[in-house]
Amino acid sequence: MTVLADRPVIHEHEHEHHEGPSGILKWLTSTDHKLIGMNYMVTSVIMFFLAGLMALALRTQLASPDSSFLSFQQYNALFTMHGSLMLYLFAGPFAFGGLANYILPLQVGAPDMAFPRLNALSYWLYLSGSITMLLGFLVAGGGAAFGWVAYAPLSTVQFAPGSAPDLWILGIALTGFSAIFTGVNLVTTTFYLRAPGMTMFRLPIFTWNMLVTAILILIAFPILTAAMVLLFADRHFGTHIYSTAGGGSPLLYQNLFWFFGHPEVYILALPYFGIVSDVIPVFSRKPLFGYKGMVFATMSIAALSTGVWAHHMFTTGAVLLPFFSLLSLLIAVPTGIKFFNWIGTMWRGQLIFTTPMLFCIGFLFAFLMGGLTGIMLASPPIDFATHDTYFVVAHFHQVLFGTAVYAGFAGLYYWYPKFFGRMYREWMGKWHFWLLTIGFWVTFMPQYVLGLWGMPRRVASYPANLGWQTLNVISTIGAYVIGISFVFFLVNLWVSWRKPVPAGDNPWDAHTLEWFATSPPVHHNFERLPPIRSERPVWDYHHPDARTIEHGSAHTNGNGHGHLAGADAGVGAEPGDKA
Amino acid sequence: MASVVAVSPRAAETSSTVAVRWRRRAIGVIAATALPVVLGGCQLPTFGAYRGSTKQGHDEFLLWVGTTIAAIVVGVIVAALIVWSIVAYRKKSDVMPRQFQYHVPIEIMYIVIPVIMVLILFGFTVFTENQVDAIAPNPAVKVHITAFQWGWRYQYPGNVTVTGVTTEDPDPIGYPGAQCEPAVDCLGPGLVVPAGQTTRITLNSQDVIHGFYVPEFNFSRYAQPGITNVFDLTVQHPGIYRAQCTQLCGLYHSLMFFHVVALPREQFQAWLSSQQNQAKAAATVSTSHSTTKAAA
Repeated sequence: MTVLADRPVIHEHEHEHHEGPSGILKWLTSTDHKLIGMNYMVTSVIMFFLAGLMALALRTQLASPDSSFLSFQQYNALFTMHGSLMLYLFAGPFAFGGLANYILPLQVGAPDMAFPRLNALSYWLYLSGSITMLLGFLVAGGGAAFGWVAYAPLSTVQFAPGSAPDLWILGIALTGFSAIFTGVNLVTTTFYLRAPGMTMFRLPIFTWNMLVTAILILIAFPILTAAMVLLFADRHFGTHIYSTAGGGSPLLYQNLFWFFGHPEVYILALPYFGIVSDVIPVFSRKPLFGYKGMVFATMSIAALSTGVWAHHMFTTGAVLLPFFSLLSLLIAVPTGIKFFNWIGTMWRGQLIFTTPMLFCIGFLFAFLMGGLTGIMLASPPIDFATHDTYFVVAHFHQVLFGTAVYAGFAGLYYWYPKFFGRMYREWMGKWHFWLLTIGFWVTFMPQYVLGLWGMPRRVASYPANLGWQTLNVISTIGAYVIGISFVFFLVNLWVSWRKPVPAGDNPWDAHTLEWFATSPPVHHNFERLPPIRSERPVWDYHHPDARTIEHGSAHTNGNGHGHLAGADAGVGAEPGDKA
Repeated sequence: MASVVAVSPRAAETSSTVAVRWRRRAIGVIAATALPVVLGGCQLPTFGAYRGSTKQGHDEFLLWVGTTIAAIVVGVIVAALIVWSIVAYRKKSDVMPRQFQYHVPIEIMYIVIPVIMVLILFGFTVFTENQVDAIAPNPAVKVHITAFQWGWRYQYPGNVTVTGVTTEDPDPIGYPGAQCEPAVDCLGPGLVVPAGQTTRITLNSQDVIHGFYVPEFNFSRYAQPGITNVFDLTVQHPGIYRAQCTQLCGLYHSLMFFHVVALPREQFQAWLSSQQNQAKAAATVSTSHSTTKAAA
């Protein structure tokens, strides 16, 4: 790690200057984006650990055939809640509620989010939604058991009676509103609160990806909330929207759900691509290769993601296969651009393998494997053969584990010094990485084979003499290794809390504005800003001799002297970008 | 003069025949390696998948093999680039790396090449899916399958209805000579079809969504309330094929097994007519029964 000697002097007394309540009252009433972001992160990581423990219970069940470790009902409820917690309450909120909330205002040089009180409301809706969903375990019948997709008619009152499904639906609706409000906040903050000189094409890629994610949230989440309201109406007001009995259509539910569900996949992926795109350049000591291509790749992924939902429905026999197949396959192109840009960034760099960088490299391999099998699944005949088998389970776990876990924890380690002003222990971070990586590949590679052999997903047991046990045992062992790796993460936090090592403001010699603030940033973030002449203002400030080489670009670097970059050379070349 | 004129075309001809010969050799080598791959599907590596016991499933298998090979090639190239970056560019000194950011020709290249690859894959995909989903004009037999919590009902021509509740009855068919090895393969009620002929399946569900999935056929299709799916299966060889519901359908989803029994043509016809006779007899009994009732 490199600690710069000439980092800006920060007036220490400003740290505690802010007037206001302290302690629990501060926590309950704060509208500070950093505190709300931290609340989001802590809550969502707790959800992640709960869902992880559920996964271990599921894997324990599958370690032996015809197992009776869990009853069928318990197993169905646990995988439903495992998926729901991971997708609705961890992967999304951790990115757009936690990291983005904390980092995005800092990266654009803003004092806070555009609507701080709406931001607080988002968090409290998210927390109450999460608790509501979890309460399903305490009611009679125990836990919703229809999978995280809650397909009708299985989720209608006839087949899923009791109040746990209602709590699940309400939980989704509450967290859905929370996501929508956060989306509004992120979009508005990015468009209206950028610092002078921070044009759209100088935004860090993480902010770009969060902006696109937020727009996807505004497209997708209202559909989910509407679908849930209709499901609730079916359950309680006899509307028959999703049941054939009253002339309704169960297929409508799948269309609505996946019209949310596939943009949701990218809502869960784009923020994490953003993290990787921020971390790899820092530890390669180079600018991001193909910055503008990266932005357009993100936008095309988002655009395509709204037209591919029915690739989850190839085997319904009720969708136009070639259309959804082609659009799904085309997503490989912008994703490929991202891959080659990440490689191009590392190319001829000086790579430093800190924990965040290792997690990003782990992400690259995980996402490569998950992405390639994703291309295969975009082909309907191959999907016919593998749909709803462990092949698909392995595919989406490799994708989502690659993004939300590898890249998510890359972000956590990367920004940890910024959050707390102290360093984590590097050796423990590396143990976390290597154990996680071993566990990851050992868990999910056998699942591809099991899927090809015909093991369906969401089964609580399998017959003994199909020869599936060995691979299932290997997969279970891998899952436990993953579980153990997180012990290193928790101990790391504990040790750095008990024996702090000061980190300084910019321990990584990083590029973006959050590293110009103090660690942790003061109330309202900045006392001054460096001139913003590129997407790497802090790097430019510290390395005036190592600016990015311009390559046939239409606009030139500004060379003004003022700290407030009013004379903005870039704006002319980018009409419509002026804040 | 004439001799000179004669020599020069001759020399040209020699060089062109050499080129032709090499070209022929190259084509021969390519054909020798490619032909078995193209024609003898049985020799292809499976990459863990089933070769497909139906005509439709085998078509899918060929697409699977091609796609997998392409994916492995792409994956190895990309992984090699990542590994190379990690190994070759690890930090060795404090020298500032060149701060380059764009290289337009390379960036265009890695847009164009993936687009071409995707379009090729899409072409093969459409070709294969049209074969898999093709409906034959004259199927040998038509079976209507209804899935329910938790079991399968098969309706054959001539009012033959066979219902198997998977949680109660492991093998309701019990056709003569059935050998279930391993025994677990006989779990679940069996769908009986003729081997070597096309069976038309009409599929739906009477309650929630189920998944009709036969691993060795490389095929699955949802059984849904309100939607009737129609597809053809042409099982190539007699045998018993394990099958299972793949779409979560409630508490006993994990036990919703069934199997497909492909009988030789004559044996299938014999089985079907015996079932039809039984059905007729049962219908007569119930009709006479109701007549008696009406008379009384």
